[in-house]
Amino acid sequence: MEMNRIAACFERLKEQGRQALIPYVTAGDPAPGVTVPLMHAMVDAGADLIELGIPFSDPMADGPTIQLACERALEHNTRLIDVLAMVKTFREKDQQTPVVLMGYLNPIEVLGYTSFAEQAAAAGIDGALIVDLPPEEAEGEFDNAMKANGLDTIYLLAPTTEESRIEQVCNAGSGYLYYVSVKGVTGSASLDVQAVADKLDVVRKYTNLPVGVGFGIKDAESAKAVSEVADGVIVGSVLVNKIASLVEQQEDIPAQVSAIVAELRTAMDA
Amino acid sequence: MPNKADLSAIAQMPDERGHFGPYGGRFVSETLMAALKQLEETYERLWRDPDFQAEFDHDLAHYVGRPSPLYHATHLTKLCGGAQIYLKREDLNHTGAHKVNNTIGQALLAKYTGKPRVIAETGAGQHGVASATVAARLGLECQVYMGAEDVQRQALNVYRMKLLGAEVISVESGTRTLKDAMNEAMRDWVTNVDDTFYIIGTAAGPHPYPKLVRDFQSVIGREARAQCLEQAGRLPDALVACVGGGSNAIGLFHPFIEDGDVRMVGVEAGGYGVETGQHAAPLTAGRPGVLHGNRTYLMEDDAGQIIGTHSVSAGLDYPGVGPEHSYLKDTGRAEYVAINDDEAMDAFRTLTRVEGIMPAIESSHAVAHAMKMAKEMDEDQIIVVNLSGRGDKDIHTVAQLDGIKV
Repeated sequence: MEMNRIAACFERLKEQGRQALIPYVTAGDPAPGVTVPLMHAMVDAGADLIELGIPFSDPMADGPTIQLACERALEHNTRLIDVLAMVKTFREKDQQTPVVLMGYLNPIEVLGYTSFAEQAAAAGIDGALIVDLPPEEAEGEFDNAMKANGLDTIYLLAPTTEESRIEQVCNAGSGYLYYVSVKGVTGSASLDVQAVADKLDVVRKYTNLPVGVGFGIKDAESAKAVSEVADGVIVGSVLVNKIASLVEQQEDIPAQVSAIVAELRTAMDA
Repeated sequence: MPNKADLSAIAQMPDERGHFGPYGGRFVSETLMAALKQLEETYERLWRDPDFQAEFDHDLAHYVGRPSPLYHATHLTKLCGGAQIYLKREDLNHTGAHKVNNTIGQALLAKYTGKPRVIAETGAGQHGVASATVAARLGLECQVYMGAEDVQRQALNVYRMKLLGAEVISVESGTRTLKDAMNEAMRDWVTNVDDTFYIIGTAAGPHPYPKLVRDFQSVIGREARAQCLEQAGRLPDALVACVGGGSNAIGLFHPFIEDGDVRMVGVEAGGYGVETGQHAAPLTAGRPGVLHGNRTYLMEDDAGQIIGTHSVSAGLDYPGVGPEHSYLKDTGRAEYVAINDDEAMDAFRTLTRVEGIMPAIESSHAVAHAMKMAKEMDEDQIIVVNLSGRGDKDIHTVAQLDGIKV
């Protein structure tokens, strides 16, 4: 089978001895027209893979930063089908950068798993990370729909995940694994790099999949530190906070957000 | 109506993964999975432990004041002219509602697992008060999340919680009601999972909460069943209870599931009327989806966003419902209807005037529907209504509707 975009991305980075820089933004924040130009600008600034948030009214695992981003996107009624359309537009110019949808299950329930997976694959999406869908609940219909359409399912691992369960989650996931570096919601406390390194040693006993680390990466310094122990650095709240500060100057969002991406890239590659 | 074998299977739910047919489950982020698994193991062990059971029963008897009476409301019955109406007096419990049955149980779980801090979400404030009460008694730190709108309309309960030593955190996000309080409580739990026990107030949320809340609340139905047999010499023809998240209803219904001749009627909040869209009646007018850790009927828009609810009663103002109710609806074992704000307020006034019992506005929804049902039934038939809470907390709301400042 032809290697998919996510696997190809991590393979290429591995050959170069580099780590993936994975920015997260909420689709439609602060307005639908901003998202696609922002995605291109982040890629130009050194992003390797984009996690694109599906707006949801009740993002329980997220902090106030992402909750407010969802509220801004929902003011313009950004639906899941609109998010899919944004990725389709993005693909007109960029066929290489993987795009992973991140969000909550309920909007997907409304489309139906099979319809979602078919439409997502057709739009050029590569995988999905559904925060409130652990492997136990994904087993069966959701997994089958994703696999049948060549989409990866990315799962979370947490500091509280016990070793026996790490193995189970590693076996269920594909594409990469997302290690949540702190107990808490997005945008909360700073991470402890040594604790992350210790946990990733355990994770790597059970998988050859790349492991990205997110939550608590706030600046160039923490991005650099995480890149020394992980395969990917996931950064969200810092970028979304910048977007929030530019709601009145939306034309500046792609340049100013990608400037942060470039700064992180430089630090990681140094 | 399902046959006898089906009824037995329905009563055995949930399965080992917390599913009630297609409903329930454990739809949470990874950080909480270990805590939920630990809670499940602890609960399954302790629920079968005679020492735990004895302590729970002792607290219900001597601290809560159980059994609560089953009261034959002869004046209300006469007024309606039909079936005999009996009230299960959960309003007489310590703290004034059924909520304390569950918080006693969960606080014991917190004690047995050694967690020094408890958190809770609350709508009307009854669950918050019941949580603050048991926390005070066991010396646990307690923080209660409450939507900013509910903080306004339930000021009395907010103050009660503060007097009990709890900190009330006003939630400004989203619709500023119960669902947002639950989001914030989940966020707190994710952050402080090592030392914190989350006392969920209704029979919803991720497995094992719907099951354990039901088990703690089932004392209502067990007592009512025995009391009805003793007083009337037979089982009731119908049970009626209000449904927000649905803990008082499932507590009354569950011990009767295999009594196929007993109708079970859950009463949702019809708000300004189901046809207006301004209500809190997911079983009546919603559809299945996933929120707050379980699959269940929800109020959502075409794109799967949770929509705002309206009810005069803060305790019913929630866009979801416990997963077991979704299952009882689909299997046909229980039926669900909606009662509007106005009908509930009329029932509040009627019960107050003819029986001298002032019901919570939540419970008034059940009273209103029971009054309708009674008129259509014979005098030798029996309806048991769960009077889940007392109305003292609602005096401000009632006075405001009357244009009176108290």
